[in-house]
Amino acid sequence: MTTTTLEGRPLTASPEPPRRRPAGRRAIAPYLFLTPWLIGLLAFVVGPMIVSLYLSMTDYNFLQDPTFVGFENYVRMFTSDPRYLASVGVTAVYVLVSVPLQLAFALGLALLLDRAIAGIAIYRAVFYLPSLIGSSVAVAVLWRTVFGADGLVNSALGLLGIESSRSWVGNPDTALMTIIALNVWTFGSPMIIFLAGLRQIPRSYYEAAEVDGAGPIRRFLNITVPLLTPIVFFNLILQTIYAFQAFVPAYIVSNGSGGPADSTLFYTLYLYQQGFTSFQMGYASAMAWVLLVVIAIVTGINFLLSRYWVFYGDGDR
Amino acid sequence: MSAADLADAPRRQTSRVRRVAMHVLLILLALGMLYPLLWMIVSSLRDNSAIFSDASLALRNLSLDNYARGWDAQQNSFATYFGNSFLITGLAIVANIAACSLTAYAFARMTFRLKAFFMAILLGTIMLPEHVTIVPQYVLFSELGWLNTFLPLTVPKFFATEAFFVFLIVQFMRGIPRDIDEAAALDGCGPFQTYSRIMLPLITPALATTAIFSFIWTWNDFFRPLIFLTDNSLFTVPLAVRLFADIGGTDWGALFAMSVLSLLPIFIFFVFGQRYLIRGIATTGLK
Repeated sequence: MTTTTLEGRPLTASPEPPRRRPAGRRAIAPYLFLTPWLIGLLAFVVGPMIVSLYLSMTDYNFLQDPTFVGFENYVRMFTSDPRYLASVGVTAVYVLVSVPLQLAFALGLALLLDRAIAGIAIYRAVFYLPSLIGSSVAVAVLWRTVFGADGLVNSALGLLGIESSRSWVGNPDTALMTIIALNVWTFGSPMIIFLAGLRQIPRSYYEAAEVDGAGPIRRFLNITVPLLTPIVFFNLILQTIYAFQAFVPAYIVSNGSGGPADSTLFYTLYLYQQGFTSFQMGYASAMAWVLLVVIAIVTGINFLLSRYWVFYGDGDR
Repeated sequence: MSAADLADAPRRQTSRVRRVAMHVLLILLALGMLYPLLWMIVSSLRDNSAIFSDASLALRNLSLDNYARGWDAQQNSFATYFGNSFLITGLAIVANIAACSLTAYAFARMTFRLKAFFMAILLGTIMLPEHVTIVPQYVLFSELGWLNTFLPLTVPKFFATEAFFVFLIVQFMRGIPRDIDEAAALDGCGPFQTYSRIMLPLITPALATTAIFSFIWTWNDFFRPLIFLTDNSLFTVPLAVRLFADIGGTDWGALFAMSVLSLLPIFIFFVFGQRYLIRGIATTGLK
């Protein structure tokens, strides 16, 4: 059940064995089952995507009819909107720093937990919990106070003899770092996927290697690492896509402004500001399409690079 | 043989030392991760004057005053916000279970034209950022007169728009032997009967996972309520907490109290549904 996804193979439907089917009522049955989904797909996904693509080439403020402007929105983004470029920079730093750190924690903890130790279920639950609440408003509020001028972080530094009264969220140099820390804190869900992957490595491989005289380090490098690369790849793809869309922490930490000095102006936050506080809906639509294309390109590059480092034991590349 | 025993004794000892060291490391890490949460819970029971002067978790002079004050600190009582959130999440659970299992049955068990193509579309929509559709959806819902109602937050889910769950249930159904539904067909069950009477009871673990994740995601959802709800009496709990944080001034105790309450239903679902949650992520890589 899990292998198809965990090994990163395409998730297309398995071929159906040919079977005899009475014509008539049964032939339309699948479409009856699919009707709600098809309606939803057209009304809430495909239809809006087409409209969004059109709106991205218009000047549209919601109150007046859209006016067609061609590629003007796209040109403006990259040539005369410094806040847009700032939001691209913030999001790029966030994705490039927080995803590898988060996955490193997830993998490290999964390796620690992948053995028979007492209380493993409790550890796993504790490490997983932050993933469930990491995108909640309450945790973002907590983060704002923990990294505030008189918050827990400064208290902890005080215990170490470092007096600090800086507000980590109020300082443009460190505000983004606090949100990166929040994403790293939610390493639990990739950790669970790593654990599931580690469980699938046959014990016999390790036993055979031990018989051949391979020590623990060689067993780790020559068995665990290659057999885990498909899982690393799977987590990398998913967490990168999620990270591009982070919104709540930036919104709460900065009161919706993206401040201080646009240092937490995440791409989605700027998109929200453009679309739903300034009602520049054409511009916001163009931003959304650029986001979609960038996510698609980054995912595509990841797939291309994967052939150089992802190992499929059965030779299935 | 005795030499081997002798050699084994120190080895066993070092492995015990390593084991203890690992527990110490794991406990420290776990405490470090949970400390901010525990501090928020303890602080929500403290007097405002004590919150920022005490970074410890000492359980002294605790009271529920902050909860009483916070409950009514907003334009509406938090009872209203919790009522709104429970209504929306309840509908989301029903919608996702019904619509996603129906769709999943077609993908897992039926043959139809362009099936691989539709499956690819389904998987594509899982990865689609909602920002690409949000502006036209806003225009559509505004034309329908649905702004400031719960309809934009609930109706789409009745059309299986949360494709994650379709995928999750398809994966689960593939693990169920086909003989079972073929036997049902021989006994004269039509497709809908096979789905509702045979399949649904067999996939309850997947439906439980769907219910729990539907609850947690809908409960936490902030972006869509922020866009579609502007009338305070319709606010969900996260919107109310956010407003509290923005204009609440310095009543940190009350803000923490309401933040803790807003997380409580998630904790409860987490404790009782952990098994399903962990299986769900391991199967599909959901958040």
